[in-house]
Amino acid sequence: MTTMQKLLQLPVNAVNIVKTVQGVAHGQEEARSPVLTPDGGQQNWYSAVQPEELRHLRTASVFGSSGGVGGGEGGDDKGSGEEGISSAQTQPLRHDDLKEMLDSNKDSLKLEAMKRIVAMIARGKNASDLFPAVVKNVACKNIEVKKLVYVYLVRYAEEQQDLALLSISTFQRGLKDPNQLIRASALRVLSSIRVTIIVPIMMLAIKEAASDMSPYVRKTAAHAIPKLYSLDPEQKDQLIEVIEKLLADKTTLVAGSVVMAFEEVCPERIDLIHKNYRKLCNLLIDVEEWGQVVIINMLTRYARTQFLNPNINESLLEEGGEKAFYGSDDEDDDDEEKKAEAAALAKRKPYVMDPDHRLLLRNTKPLLQSRNAAVVMAVAQLYFHLAPKAEVGVIAKALVRLMRSHSEVQYVVLQNVATMTIKRRGMFEPYLKSFYIRSTDPTQIKILKLEVLTNLANETNISTILREFQTYIKSMDKDFVAATIQAIGRCATNIGEVRDTCLNGLVQLLSNRDELVVAESVVVIKKLLQMQPEQHSDIIKHMAKLTDNIQVPMARASILWLIGEYCEHVPKIAPDVLRKMAKSFTNEEDIVKLQILNLAAKLYLTNSKQTKLLTQYVLNLAKYDQNYDIRDRARFIRQLIVPTDKSGALSKYAKKLFLALKPAPVLESPFKDRDHFQLGSLSHLLNAKAGGYQELPDWPESAPDPSVRNVEVPEWTKCTSRKERKEKKVEKPFYSDSEGESGPTESADSESDTGSGSESGSEESGSGSESEESEEESESEEEEEDEEDERTKKKKKIEKSKPKKPESAESDQSSGEEQKRNRKVVKERRSGSESESEEESESESSESESESEEESESDTDIKKKKKAAPSKPPPKQTKKESKKETKEMSLLDLDDFDPTPSPQVTPVNNFLSSSLVADLEGLSLTDTVLAPTTIAPSSSVRMYELLHRITGEGLAVEYCFSRQPFSPDPHMVAVQIQFTNNTSSESKSLHIEDPKLQSGMRIKEFPEIELLPAGESVNVVMGIDFCDSTQAANFQLCTHTRKFFVSIQPPVGELMVPAFLTENEFKKEQETLLHGQLMGMNEISEKLNLGEKCQSDHAIVERVTAKANLSRVPCGSEKENSPPLPPPPVSSPVSRFAGKTVSSGSLVLVTVARKEGGGAQLTVNCEKMVIGTMLVKDILQALTQ
Amino acid sequence: MIHSLFLINNSGDIFLEKHWKSVISRSVCDYFFEAQEKAGEPDNVPPVIRTPHHYLINIYREKIFFVSVIQTEVPPLFVIEFLHRVAEMFQDYFGECSEVTIKDNLVIVYELLEEMLDNGFPLATESNILKEMIKPPTILRSMVNTITGSSNLGATLPTGQLSTIPWRRADVKYTNNEAYFDVVEEIDAILDKSGTTVFAEIQGVIDACVKLSGMPDLTLSFMNPRLLDDVSFHPCVRFKRWESERVLSFIPPDGNFRLMSYHVNAQNLVAIPVYVKQNISFFESGSSGRLDITVGPKQTMGKTVECVLVTIHMPKVVLSANLTATQGTYTYDPVTKILVWDIGKLNQQKLPNLKGSLSLQSGAPKPEENPSLNIDLKIQQLAISGLKVNRLDMYVEKYKPFKGVKYVTKAGKFQVRT
Repeated sequence: MTTMQKLLQLPVNAVNIVKTVQGVAHGQEEARSPVLTPDGGQQNWYSAVQPEELRHLRTASVFGSSGGVGGGEGGDDKGSGEEGISSAQTQPLRHDDLKEMLDSNKDSLKLEAMKRIVAMIARGKNASDLFPAVVKNVACKNIEVKKLVYVYLVRYAEEQQDLALLSISTFQRGLKDPNQLIRASALRVLSSIRVTIIVPIMMLAIKEAASDMSPYVRKTAAHAIPKLYSLDPEQKDQLIEVIEKLLADKTTLVAGSVVMAFEEVCPERIDLIHKNYRKLCNLLIDVEEWGQVVIINMLTRYARTQFLNPNINESLLEEGGEKAFYGSDDEDDDDEEKKAEAAALAKRKPYVMDPDHRLLLRNTKPLLQSRNAAVVMAVAQLYFHLAPKAEVGVIAKALVRLMRSHSEVQYVVLQNVATMTIKRRGMFEPYLKSFYIRSTDPTQIKILKLEVLTNLANETNISTILREFQTYIKSMDKDFVAATIQAIGRCATNIGEVRDTCLNGLVQLLSNRDELVVAESVVVIKKLLQMQPEQHSDIIKHMAKLTDNIQVPMARASILWLIGEYCEHVPKIAPDVLRKMAKSFTNEEDIVKLQILNLAAKLYLTNSKQTKLLTQYVLNLAKYDQNYDIRDRARFIRQLIVPTDKSGALSKYAKKLFLALKPAPVLESPFKDRDHFQLGSLSHLLNAKAGGYQELPDWPESAPDPSVRNVEVPEWTKCTSRKERKEKKVEKPFYSDSEGESGPTESADSESDTGSGSESGSEESGSGSESEESEEESESEEEEEDEEDERTKKKKKIEKSKPKKPESAESDQSSGEEQKRNRKVVKERRSGSESESEEESESESSESESESEEESESDTDIKKKKKAAPSKPPPKQTKKESKKETKEMSLLDLDDFDPTPSPQVTPVNNFLSSSLVADLEGLSLTDTVLAPTTIAPSSSVRMYELLHRITGEGLAVEYCFSRQPFSPDPHMVAVQIQFTNNTSSESKSLHIEDPKLQSGMRIKEFPEIELLPAGESVNVVMGIDFCDSTQAANFQLCTHTRKFFVSIQPPVGELMVPAFLTENEFKKEQETLLHGQLMGMNEISEKLNLGEKCQSDHAIVERVTAKANLSRVPCGSEKENSPPLPPPPVSSPVSRFAGKTVSSGSLVLVTVARKEGGGAQLTVNCEKMVIGTMLVKDILQALTQ
Repeated sequence: MIHSLFLINNSGDIFLEKHWKSVISRSVCDYFFEAQEKAGEPDNVPPVIRTPHHYLINIYREKIFFVSVIQTEVPPLFVIEFLHRVAEMFQDYFGECSEVTIKDNLVIVYELLEEMLDNGFPLATESNILKEMIKPPTILRSMVNTITGSSNLGATLPTGQLSTIPWRRADVKYTNNEAYFDVVEEIDAILDKSGTTVFAEIQGVIDACVKLSGMPDLTLSFMNPRLLDDVSFHPCVRFKRWESERVLSFIPPDGNFRLMSYHVNAQNLVAIPVYVKQNISFFESGSSGRLDITVGPKQTMGKTVECVLVTIHMPKVVLSANLTATQGTYTYDPVTKILVWDIGKLNQQKLPNLKGSLSLQSGAPKPEENPSLNIDLKIQQLAISGLKVNRLDMYVEKYKPFKGVKYVTKAGKFQVRT
């Protein structure tokens, strides 16, 4: 018996219960219910039927010929009132037959019967009379039967409440099953039975399941909440408690479902979200897609209540200053605007985005790449409603992509795009052509696309758009043509420059053969003419002539109105038109009649001599019109314009009333202001509030307390550190790398940009602040360690929060990211190796340290000193230090800040500096100016953490890429490893075991270290062939007592060795690489702005060589051949570097060409695409800072 | 969320209904029929219909309307996307999604719907999980079932639901381990009368059929990933790796799935593989018209253009066509007014031509607009954008899989205005 089968076992006597209930509890029901009567009566009759007959019954019914059997049973159905079961298809006979099969003890018969019953349900036929027979089988052992019984039960339980109760005990037992899937399944069916009596049982079950160990059961509990709520809204308070509990759940499985429950039960309780906000943001990417949609929509609302409007400064100017928004100079504009704002409203604080707000934006962004249109739309609306103006643009591409999807998706997306284009036109301008219309598009799509095109029209693109419109006008789809004409009209009103062109075009359409087209044009022309009637009396004349031909009432009415309104422009024609109209008055449509009256009145006022009689005549005709509106109008006009002795004071003002200047109508998009509905919602689509729609709140005036989102211990420490950093302005936004982060991350304020380019400025600071920064680093490191200590208690939390910190002020961003990501991959494969994430963060922070070390040696020294002596830091640090100490004294271990004993590092440095400088000196013809000490990349040898001393139980291991050739195997990268024994006892037999390597990778282990006395350090060298990839090499580091999982991940720059080429060789190689078999695929160039500190040639050389193990190609003669001036390299705009990858020996050629004004072009040629790309990134980074 | 679902065929029969909450009478569909009548074409039925008490959100797939009933606010795309997922699931299970197959497999359909939604909220929409719970019907299995009376339901518990990679079923075993990738690119283009490109872009997808044992971790890299401008992925793809390295790293679902869709960088000029010379004219008098179309290869990168098909939606007044094709066959359906010219392979030497006269309804004014031509074509072994898969690596599992990549270029929405 499988576990699943256990689920539905009824007590053995279940069948008996059914019978008793039928007999006792529902005597009344039976009397009424025609369904039960035959059943009860037949029980005995059926028991007499032999199995053979049963089979006969079955086959007979399978072939649909139940006639033979029916004959025998007909008597049972007489007068059983089947009329309650509506349709003729419900043949009672067949049902009896099914009951028979259900009662049999053969599973195959039961299954067959259930299948047919379910098929009946599916077709919408009533099968409720089978309830008693079916419910008995809830105990059936066959899974499929059981499943189908569930289906039946859930469908009919509401109608047969009392009988449904019989099944409850089965589910209650299922709730206690040791198997999580059975518990979940029992809860799912139990909660789907809509029977009010069991509400308490359900409540209990949900409460229990909400604290179940299995996340899957908890998920089911979350699903059950809205079911119970809809059954009995009284339970709301208790359910909210459960929701609150489940919201705190940390698994992705539960998150989506519980937010769904939250939205259905208590969307107004936004306060429940505070504590879970950050967690939800961070889990989001791993939640299943449907849950993502719900969470994102909810978080949009949440953010609107909790954060400040990021566009607060722009919003005031929104009305006027929208157009240039996406122009190239928008940044400046914005800045200016901001300045102006700031000046004007000195009170207002400059806007700083709440880090939690930023967190949300950053963590949702990757979801724009989802395959699920609903997720993409959800993110798009989130950005539209929450993001600073400058960042909203990212959603356009994704939305345009959705337009390739099914036409229903297109329809919804276009509706939303139409709304967005009104507020943020610039965003979609680059995609204008994606909205071009194909003749095969369905009309509703065509009209929406037209709407978008119209919204996108501006001075620059109007000519293209109008040309498109011209094609559309010829379409066979007349509804679409009419819409196009309206669109032209709207373009003409919005863009003054093309008004005349449009008008002329429309006038031409007046001679179109299709009446609909003409009529639509007339209506639109009327609106346009109202703007400047003086210039267009000839058009009015032309239109007057049309009255003979055009029959469409709306068009006729429009023409008449025009003539009446501007009768002074056409003094001769107007009375004539009235004359014609008077003739045909009785045959006109109502709106035309009203306009005729209107025209008559106006003419009477301006030209009473000629039209007096005509007006009288028309008014008389109208007096006896069938339509009372027209009669009323006639009476009203007569009183007003025809002077009689009784006429009141008003008639004096008749002229003013009729000939008042009317404002031109504004042709507006039907999508204007639709964005007060949350985009992507049903309400937005319908432009009406749908049931259950939660209003999108307005931004608050001042931000509510952000601390409500703080969660206890680990996040809290982070929060403070973040704030400190913010004050010091050292942090900068970094490109979203959100995965696995938790807790608030550094804030990125409104200036932030997504590109890495924006980083260039923020790092610029004197060496003083530089060192300060690195203190920051060390401090975050310190916290890191604190946390690591805590980990022993709270492993889970910290694991999630870990990767964030070191990056925050991280300068070596991309390689760090890369590393992290790679490790992630590794991590995914290997389970629960904590040491990894730890060393990852450690290595990153050490990386950033060495980054600043490059700045200058002296700087480093200072820093090292500081690091070495934390007891006498600058005042600022003490303050922070002490603050921390009060909090976490017990966890703080000052020993951690002991610098790695310098003598052990220096040998490498010395070796390197000497060798490399020698190389460079020997090869470079002109670089003599560069002092050997500065060009030496010695200082850039970074130590990476391999094993932290805490995880290593006193054994600390660091490694660096020494850049020496690895003598045993030239295809390997030499890795120098330094072991430090921090324990008080000695450590024995250190060696490597069990390397786990990607295919092709090899390791040459270092010789076993037999003994490492306490407090000593030792250096060894090992070789790794990384196969020219940045995949990490994973292995175990073993001591005599323990094994540690570690991995070494090379930065891409270390995967190469310098190659020495002359400039000519270099160019030749570049040429072959370029025009080789791959046609330029192996050249990557990027433009960049050099950071302030690397404007000089030697700074470039220094940074590039620090980043990658390359050698500089000596400058050739052709550039500086004329004056062999002393400092030629400074004037030389091009620096070249060459190297070969270690494993395959592919050439790596790097060219940095400096340009005027700090710009530069970086070109990397390499056959290995991945290496090239990554190298570009790394070098780019090094050079821009 | 989703309250009920009705499946309706073209002639207006409701042939399946499923309720996830309490039952809603099928009379609610009357509002839908009303809208359908108003719209005329099935394409023009508004996807969202408002009724006094409910909202109907519907999609039209394979001649079936999937009409879902909604009572409260829900993102319409959420429902639409789900309904399409349902249709795709039927396709996946039964080979095609049609009224006949659904009716034939009513019980499986019902079981599927039951598992896919719980109380109207999507529960399991990954085909790998569903197949673990409900086995798709095969001829062999249905025979075995009829003989032994066993069922389509899996006897084991669907542990896939608990996994962190819900798209892959557990314990996959194959004797032949294979992974196939189809790079399919479609050219969307609008050409104007003179053959100038008004708008052209390339959209591509990578469809995969992966039959690998165990839990393989695959990495697919491209020679020229920078071509890709906008991408969307199957949830299995690790986005971070794509962001930083431009490689696709993933643990694949078992079986067929769409790995990614992409849009090719707009800066790259799109090669248009064929040119069309056309001359369609209607005469004012005599109620007739002339048609002369020639199709020839243009930028084909040395490959043959196959399966060329020209479809023309003629104006209503065109009664019949009397044409001669130098290659292929043409058909004109006087009811739908669609002229289809099936050319087949394009021949460089002898350009296919379709020429002849059209007869119009007498007395009717000549149509103003010439009909536009929709072109279908296919080029094997070519990705028109130049995208190339560099390599596929497998980690974790030890065996050597068979790997294959196929490139196809097709015409997407390729329209020539006349």
